Amino acid sequence: MRNIILAAAFLATSGLAYAEADHGEQLYQTYCTQCHGVNANGKGINASHMSVQPRDHTDTKEMSARTDDELFKVIKHGGKSINKSILMPVWGGNLNDDDIHALVAHLRKLCCQKN
Amino acid sequence: MKRLYSWGVAALLAAGAPVAAQADVAADVQQQCGSCHALTHNYAAESIAERAARKAPPLDYAGNKFNREWLVSWLQKPEPIRPAGTFPPAHVQAGADGDTIAADGLTKHPALPAAQAEAVADYLMTLTPFTKLIQAQNYTPGNIALRMGKMNFGKFKGCDACHQDAPGKGGVSGPELYTAWQRLQPGFISAYIADPVVWDPHTMMPKGDLNDDAVHKLANYLKAIGEK
Repeated sequence: MRNIILAAAFLATSGLAYAEADHGEQLYQTYCTQCHGVNANGKGINASHMSVQPRDHTDTKEMSARTDDELFKVIKHGGKSINKSILMPVWGGNLNDDDIHALVAHLRKLCCQKN
Repeated sequence: MKRLYSWGVAALLAAGAPVAAQADVAADVQQQCGSCHALTHNYAAESIAERAARKAPPLDYAGNKFNREWLVSWLQKPEPIRPAGTFPPAHVQAGADGDTIAADGLTKHPALPAAQAEAVADYLMTLTPFTKLIQAQNYTPGNIALRMGKMNFGKFKGCDACHQDAPGKGGVSGPELYTAWQRLQPGFISAYIADPVVWDPHTMMPKGDLNDDAVHKLANYLKAIGEK
């Protein structure tokens, strides 16, 4: 029920929320939520069609085990670059380094800044 | 109603006065299609926020992208190509078992009468800013065994995370690809797989690091499933 309410709130305010989001969050919503989920829990609309499940970015323990450099690398060069799934694409051709740093900063908010 | 009236007028013009109608079709496409589809843009100069604001895919390079006969047919009987819409995050609802598509938020493309579909397709096919890019492709459509093609498309390249290669089979954030061969020009398929960012700086399709052979192998799989 909580998830449904969260989703309804997201849908109702998504336009506004997107416009007000910082750059990292806008990039996350655009490129990441399809697989990692609108609530960043790894349950995006594509997840049920994937042989390897996307990372839950709200999992503090798992995400804390990754350095910022590793997160940067996996976004820029894809899952294969850190011996993870090829289902995590290479985004270095779409995003510049500043974009990727902004995404890493947003990932840190998602995983490790609890309200 | 206003839209239908406008298309109806254009259809009459197309039937009765070809030269004048051609100009009217261009104007109507700009006015009617242009209310959702970008016909001119400079995405590279805009922030990523423009991606969320798009109501429909850009059509400014439609003549380099689509097969005319598919356009004529689809415009008369449009079927959804993108299961989660043009900007999937706007059409998603979260649930206990994961995100799902909120289908009621997706808009339906209007169907056009046959004469108007022909006229609009003719106009769209004149929009060809990427002809040199298409001509630079060295892709000659070839064959690949379905089983091998599917394994490459899914297991090796991960395309099925976002795209369906058969109805209901594959991810839903990207356009379905089981009609791609009918829908798209071979040169476009090759060029877009190789470098989607050239076509659209804010595309959600990752620009990978595939060599020509790998690109052509994927394109041949779309041919194989399209001709199945």
